[in-house]
Amino acid sequence: MRLSPDLIRLAVPFLALAALLAGVFWLQPRAMSYTGLNLLFNLAVPIALATLAQMFIIAVNDLDLSMGAFVSFAACVTATFLHDTPVLGALILAASVAAYAALGVVIHLRGLPAIVVTLGMSFVWLGLAVMILPAPGGAAPAWLRALMTVRPPLLPMALAASILIALVAHLIIARSALGVLIRGVGGNERSVARAGWSVLRAKAAAYALAGLFGVLAGMALVGLTTSADANIALRYTLLSIAGVILGGGEFVGGRVSAVGAVVGALTLALAGSFLSFLRLSPDWQIGAQGAILILVLALRLGLDALERRRRGRA
Amino acid sequence: MTLLRKPWAWAWIAAVAVYAVTIAATAGASAAGLAQAAFTFAAFSVIVGLGQMFVITLGPGNVDLSIPATMTLAGTVALKFMDGADDRAVAGLAVALGIGAGVGLLNYALIKALRIPPIIATLALSFIVQSTAIWTNRGIRIKPPESLAAFSTGNLWGIPNLAIVAGLLTLAAWVLLERSAWGRRVTAIGQSPAAARRAGIAVDGVRLSTYVLCATLAGLCGFLLSCFSGGAALNMGAEYLLISIAVVVIGGSSVAGGNSNVPGIWGAALFLFLVVSMLNTYGFGAGPRMILTGIIIIAVILAASLRGRGAEGG
Repeated sequence: MRLSPDLIRLAVPFLALAALLAGVFWLQPRAMSYTGLNLLFNLAVPIALATLAQMFIIAVNDLDLSMGAFVSFAACVTATFLHDTPVLGALILAASVAAYAALGVVIHLRGLPAIVVTLGMSFVWLGLAVMILPAPGGAAPAWLRALMTVRPPLLPMALAASILIALVAHLIIARSALGVLIRGVGGNERSVARAGWSVLRAKAAAYALAGLFGVLAGMALVGLTTSADANIALRYTLLSIAGVILGGGEFVGGRVSAVGAVVGALTLALAGSFLSFLRLSPDWQIGAQGAILILVLALRLGLDALERRRRGRA
Repeated sequence: MTLLRKPWAWAWIAAVAVYAVTIAATAGASAAGLAQAAFTFAAFSVIVGLGQMFVITLGPGNVDLSIPATMTLAGTVALKFMDGADDRAVAGLAVALGIGAGVGLLNYALIKALRIPPIIATLALSFIVQSTAIWTNRGIRIKPPESLAAFSTGNLWGIPNLAIVAGLLTLAAWVLLERSAWGRRVTAIGQSPAAARRAGIAVDGVRLSTYVLCATLAGLCGFLLSCFSGGAALNMGAEYLLISIAVVVIGGSSVAGGNSNVPGIWGAALFLFLVVSMLNTYGFGAGPRMILTGIIIIAVILAASLRGRGAEGG
């Protein structure tokens, strides 16, 4: 069987996840159950949503260093305004998505470095979050709590939701006209413009989608944890970047995969649980995520080289 | 007027303006104390900022995200090694610098071996370094040796010792960047790696030494910061990730690389500290303070883009 490089790229994150899952099951066979899987992937949904948000930004060759702060902000709004005054809460969240779109417009029009603008925005989101919730607290809206703890048949909520989210994001980025345009901007901005498309609109749409998925990540997080605080998701900035790359995305060229990104996020979420099964100290949890990232990238490089050599011989 | 054309002039003007506004609030009572505090805290930002500047100069995609983790690990291990003994102070410094250099070497080894963007390599490694720091620290706070604690909090004729150290390093960095062949090579690589290679520059050697230099400075900063604050803390490096990038960019260096300057880093570091103390003086809480800091960072970048599009954009 011949494997195309693209297929390898998509297969590697699945392989990594399968290997990790096999390791967990081998160490603890009881994890191989509905409840076990539910516990293992408990926090996977918000991480997956944040990773997809980052993916839309990376698709247009930018990088969002404010993702963690933004998800924290969305979580704080969800646990306070959306719980107490749903209409106002929804308005604030909608406005923050609009703010993301506006960021995309400003970054494009003025040719600003996205890294620095989002770095500045991370202070803004965090400041707003601290003002909304100076101390940990708030409460999850009842419907959100019910949605996140629903127990669908066959598959645990975390996995079922991840598959659904991956599917929706895949349809947006890989199958829709807008998705093609967004990836086109990442691939070659000038030729997209020459073909008569609006680069500005594509960038605004990519940033708006990132804002939307970031809001959803914050909401999902509150649905699981039932309360929020301003620092709840700060780690998501780096985790989301790692998830996109783990899933076969590239920083330049509009090369991203929604399915890969979700699988990457699941792998990172599982890395933590894996360690506790190995009875290793939780000190190494972050380190394990780094090690898995390095291993997966090495694996991809190895498979790519193998494939190239085979093609050279043929 | 030629002074105003310098890319670093604006950061200094902004710092002086903020200083004046802050002093005005207290009717000049705190002028000397504020200046001393500003130079002390700016020293830390400058030390990591100088390293980050050389890395950013290498061109798009070159950012060292492992600075905070390196600072924490170097500070933790060095303090543990010295165990409060004055006669181990020099050896402790060597340990911190060695850890930094080691992380830098590993960073570049990953970049080269896995052919991945530096952002991902330094990110993945920082996870592992951070875990190592957590593992060595174990929540125990070891006091620095008396002599080092006294040195890092003391001053010479009113100038904080740390500011003198950072000042000497700045001078060395300026000579390296502007007057040495190595610095010219770093800049050349940032402008065009392909052209630099054709011109016979050993691109890999220069990039390797840049990453080692950056991580070594991070190690030094972690060492000084833990001596200054009476012990190493696990989160002590956290804020320096954003600060190290912000001082470079606000200081007028190009984020796209190939065009950096040293004086701007001091202006930006002083500016960032003074903004926070100005907002403190005027009674702003933590939330609004962060929001304004973020807005000011974005405003500075916008202003820079309006000033000189051709050279700065990208």
